[in-house]
Amino acid sequence: MDADAGLLINAVISGLLIGGFYAAVSIGVAISFGMLDIVNIAHPAFILLGSYAAFIGNTVFGIDPILATVITLPAFYVLGMLAYQVYYVAFERRDDQSLRGLSFFFGILFIAEVGLILAFGVDYRSVQAWYTTGNLNLGITELPWRLLVPFLLGLAMVVGLQLFLSRTFIGRAIQAVAQDQQALRLMAANPAKIKRIAFGLSFATAALGGAALIIIQPVEPSIGREYIGRIFAICVLGGLGSFPGMVIAAVTLGIVETITATFFGPSWAPAVSFGVLLITLAVRPSGILGR
Amino acid sequence: MVSSVVKAEEEREGLRGLSNLAFVGVLILVAVAIFGITLWIGQSFAFFAAYVVVQYIVLGTAWNILGGYTGYVNFGIAAFFALGAYSTVVMHKLTPWMPLPVMVLVGGVLAGLVGLGTGYLTLRLRGVFFSIATLALAVVVQTLFTNWDFVGGARGAYVVPPRFAPLIGGPYVEYLFILMLGLCVAALATARAIERSALGYGFAAIRDDEAAAEASGVPTLRLKLIATVLSGAFMGMAGAPLPYYVSYLDPTSGFNLNYAVNAIAMPLIGGTSNWVGPVVGAVLVGGLQQYVSVTISSAVNVLITGLLLVGFVVLAPQGIVGLFQRRRR
Repeated sequence: MDADAGLLINAVISGLLIGGFYAAVSIGVAISFGMLDIVNIAHPAFILLGSYAAFIGNTVFGIDPILATVITLPAFYVLGMLAYQVYYVAFERRDDQSLRGLSFFFGILFIAEVGLILAFGVDYRSVQAWYTTGNLNLGITELPWRLLVPFLLGLAMVVGLQLFLSRTFIGRAIQAVAQDQQALRLMAANPAKIKRIAFGLSFATAALGGAALIIIQPVEPSIGREYIGRIFAICVLGGLGSFPGMVIAAVTLGIVETITATFFGPSWAPAVSFGVLLITLAVRPSGILGR
Repeated sequence: MVSSVVKAEEEREGLRGLSNLAFVGVLILVAVAIFGITLWIGQSFAFFAAYVVVQYIVLGTAWNILGGYTGYVNFGIAAFFALGAYSTVVMHKLTPWMPLPVMVLVGGVLAGLVGLGTGYLTLRLRGVFFSIATLALAVVVQTLFTNWDFVGGARGAYVVPPRFAPLIGGPYVEYLFILMLGLCVAALATARAIERSALGYGFAAIRDDEAAAEASGVPTLRLKLIATVLSGAFMGMAGAPLPYYVSYLDPTSGFNLNYAVNAIAMPLIGGTSNWVGPVVGAVLVGGLQQYVSVTISSAVNVLITGLLLVGFVVLAPQGIVGLFQRRRR
């Protein structure tokens, strides 16, 4: 009984930390899907691209994995703007987002994945830094740095983006696009231009999310697929477009998954997100903090 | 009045004027001819390759019944397909005397029921939620089978096919090929019958403007569920003979990426507006893949299909069939 309680507490703590990491990988989709209404299911593939950027920076140039992805942020931003431009011209303007727009990102997902396989092979890759081993000793419990650093990175991203969206002019314009595109157009602002910036930002978060991912676990090109269900479950559960809701959902899913992995075995954990997603869609599709 | 215009237009072209029954007859003749040609080639590779292409016609047509006709995108093809395949593995262990066509039907019913359940929970919402749910469905069904020791778990299960085919003699792959041709005839006949029925007009109304359709009294949820069940059932049936075809089934091969990519790419490349599109897409892309996997590699296969998919949805949204229709007008 006591051992069970100890296991439970440990599972909750590591679930909490993993939840912060989930926030780091989900925030891009919270922007693209939640605010811009663009269902970018290829997002996990770009997170992996970020992981491999961190891997190259770390093994070839010997720099810190997070710093390596910070250097690539502008490249990801431009890539995101390009992707939105294609999406806008080919689908949004023709009002054909649902069937062909979704299939477009599905195709991108596989091109990115196979591209990574052809470039790096299917071996697991990992990075080295001072925080990839060792623990932070808090007396009552020990927190592995490997989980703590991605958790802090995730929180920093959420706080930073929240401040950007509420304090800056462009940030407020992005929120305006999310609320009412038509009204924005009447104010003589171009929604497509603002959405392009926001989508670029969403891609940029994928780079940092990728660094967090490769710190937590070794990566190979196809693990991105495991994150699709997880990320969208978090965004839907959190209520689309709400960062606080997303963080709560990410932590909840992290804890439920770790408890499932602890008591039923890790191979069952991927099923949790689907269960959460289905229950949310059936019971409360607007999410916990949805509008 | 509309229907008389449609009829008149249909009678201009030979094939379009056929009744459903006559169309099935034509399909069967074509299927027999294809089987004859494959037999005449006389190499077992021809059967293995042709089986895969015909399987993709079934998968693409099944996807198109929901995706092309109603506009709802199903990403969980692998889940439905593998459900059919694994139901065959279970029956192979429990009731090995059962004839394969019965196993195919059972696999279809199971996959249809899963489609019904997923659709019932998510189809009342916007279309994207259904698509996301099916994406997650593929992961969860794979998790279930990976953890289920009875069907081999992560290690996989051996399903040794009989040496000779029942009824016709010959190698077993010939029997599997006939079965798949039969499924193909059934899928194409169903798809075409839907297009020409009230059901098809209902589907098209949902695709064009769901709110308007609902307001005009189209029972949208019921129609979407019918499409999901039919589509899922055909995917399950297409997967059911797989264990006998590969003789060893593990989660990685049953849930292979290629099924999902191809089943979506082929209709979109061929054209989603009618039954011809998935056939054109499957024959062209499937044939190309058979060629590439022999000459180059199978990873390049997925890459080419992905590039073609993206290229077509961006540049030629009506697919190959659409390109030809536009030129004719």
